[in-house]
Amino acid sequence: MVTAPDNDISDIKVDSVGDFTFPERNKYDSGFGITEKTVDFIADVKNDPDWIREFRHKALKIFQDKPMPTHWATKDLENIKFDEFRYYLSDGQKPKRSWDDVPEDVKKTFDRLGIPEQERKFLAGVEAQYDSEAAYSNIKAAVEEQGVIFVNSTEGLHKHPEIFRKWFGKVIPTGDNKFSALNSAVFSGGSFIYVPPGVKVKHPLQAYFRINSEQFGQFERTLIIADEGAEVMYMEGCTAPKFETATLHSAVVELVAMKGAKIQYVTVQNWSSNVFNLVTKRGIAHEDAEVRWIDCNIGSRLTMKYPGVIMKGKRARGEVISIALANSGQHQDTGAKMVHAADDTTSNVISKSISIGQGRSTYCGLVHIPKHLKGCKNNTECDALLINSNSHTDTYPAISVRGNQHSTQHEASVSQVSADQIFYLMQRGLTEAEAMSLSVNGFINDLVKEFPMEYSVELKRLIDLEMEGSVG
Amino acid sequence: MSLEIKALHAQIPGREILKGLNLTINPGEVHAIMGPNGSGKSTLSKVLCGHEDYEVTSGEVLLDGENILDMPVDARSRAGLFLAFQYPHEIPGVSNANFLRAALKARLPKGEDIDAVKFYKQLYARMDQLEMDRSFTSRSVNEGFSGGEKKRNEILQLMMLEPKYAILDETDSGLDIDALKIVSRGVNAMRSENRGFLVITHYQRLLNYIQPDIVHVLKDGRIVKTGGKELSLELEERGYDWVTDESLATAA
Repeated sequence: MVTAPDNDISDIKVDSVGDFTFPERNKYDSGFGITEKTVDFIADVKNDPDWIREFRHKALKIFQDKPMPTHWATKDLENIKFDEFRYYLSDGQKPKRSWDDVPEDVKKTFDRLGIPEQERKFLAGVEAQYDSEAAYSNIKAAVEEQGVIFVNSTEGLHKHPEIFRKWFGKVIPTGDNKFSALNSAVFSGGSFIYVPPGVKVKHPLQAYFRINSEQFGQFERTLIIADEGAEVMYMEGCTAPKFETATLHSAVVELVAMKGAKIQYVTVQNWSSNVFNLVTKRGIAHEDAEVRWIDCNIGSRLTMKYPGVIMKGKRARGEVISIALANSGQHQDTGAKMVHAADDTTSNVISKSISIGQGRSTYCGLVHIPKHLKGCKNNTECDALLINSNSHTDTYPAISVRGNQHSTQHEASVSQVSADQIFYLMQRGLTEAEAMSLSVNGFINDLVKEFPMEYSVELKRLIDLEMEGSVG
Repeated sequence: MSLEIKALHAQIPGREILKGLNLTINPGEVHAIMGPNGSGKSTLSKVLCGHEDYEVTSGEVLLDGENILDMPVDARSRAGLFLAFQYPHEIPGVSNANFLRAALKARLPKGEDIDAVKFYKQLYARMDQLEMDRSFTSRSVNEGFSGGEKKRNEILQLMMLEPKYAILDETDSGLDIDALKIVSRGVNAMRSENRGFLVITHYQRLLNYIQPDIVHVLKDGRIVKTGGKELSLELEERGYDWVTDESLATAA
């Protein structure tokens, strides 16, 4: 990791995308640990309405009462020391609508990550979060004129309570799991998006989540509502510097696709290897609506993430396309939850995981089709690729299908990049890292096509970097 | 300028396979190596390219004067050594065109990329020579290819990478006569005074199409006899048993 004491990182060479940091200059720091005081501190700083303050306190209680889910999940969760994190850090400034107004070090951070450039090229709007709060938030005028709301969650709950309150915490109840409760207690940042009926947002909206500070937890909260017949694509990227101590990232993302609406949620995360990434993501698809999660998990120490879709209306569709790459010292525990709650609903899960060195990948999937429904379909495919014999992969599919008027299929495969395959590629002049990278890119090639072009280029670059790092 | 193999000894754990092999290939020459099963033909090709299963215990391999034995596999390739594999690997999800671009790009200074227009023009011309359908550019490398298609694809790679020295490891195995002719035509088109070939084969048949300048017999890890094209015909007729180790005979 590289520290930039003089706030200038222009000539510092680093070999990983997000591994740099600036000195902290936080006006608000909740201090270490999480108590009722922490929650009140955050509620005070954010000037929360009473119902949110109450919501937070209830959530804190649930968080404190719930045990760690280590009976089925990895024991590594027990290594999370909640007293060693700070739960809220900000410089106390409001998000800016122009990059020129963003503080210099923050601007440099996002410049380095290429955000302003992407915004100019292909995005309809951008929100850039730095530790607990958005530093920058802007939406193109043409999109705003269509009535699209794209703000951070704080602004969303203050300025649009009639929409926000109706859906907030409804897709993922506070008590869903220990980490959704934690997020509900201390959430800050994340996006609030509302797309009015019939509006199809042509270009993606993007949020970038950046952790800069050490011993910190980031808890963004995102709520996206696509009203009847609306369409929107939202993309998020994330990075953090690599610290000696652990960093916690625990987001909650709720999506609501009303009748005939379509939401695509694309994630390209590239956490450093000290990050516990424990995220709850779920969408509701009403009649004829579609919710798609396109999820790419690179980096982190431990990721646990199972994006879900509740298909609540007839003919609703849910899809999870997931790529996970676990390098040595990393555990990617990812999957999908598909809950069929209406007739003729369709779900599709395609998961590809890559385990390198000592890296470990786990697929946890759930498909639920109750007895009283008819015409439901699910397709689940899980493919694992192992690079060298130490790597580890597990598949835990739970498919519960009741009734006999449904169709489900499940396929799983494990393949290995053999030494002879690497030899073949190297004999053509590719370095070992390039050979591995090409093999991995080939393995996920059909899924990468689902990403917008700019993101598939980014994905390829991240994989190249991972492979360079994994070869001696 | 030559590919010089000097007193090469190589082994897999517990068994020596190459036992003091000497061979010099000058640019412009086509050498054929023939020999019975287990004589070390395929081992030689893998050792030259640096396969990790084999340990070189002594000897030298000089590529235009530079010892390549300490170089990793990819550096040997970029130095100009090419192996057409007996069993080419499948690379799922990686298109032939992307694979070739990556291989050519690996030969450029860091940060530079190849000219896509020129690349495709050359690729299509080479594919036409090998009577390969254009669909092969977008198909995954060797995946679902027939035996003959895989061999053609090896020669396509040879033609695109234009190595200084090319080793063909039993390129004729699994080929019908039409495919053999096409593959040989591709190889012959690449013959030049700047390029040396080492053609490894069991059968004389291939040498009717790729006419060698020099023929060697490999037996028990050593070159035991060297001659002209007529030697291959003699081997075809009489087998390998009659060949005695000339190097030993002279030594005695």
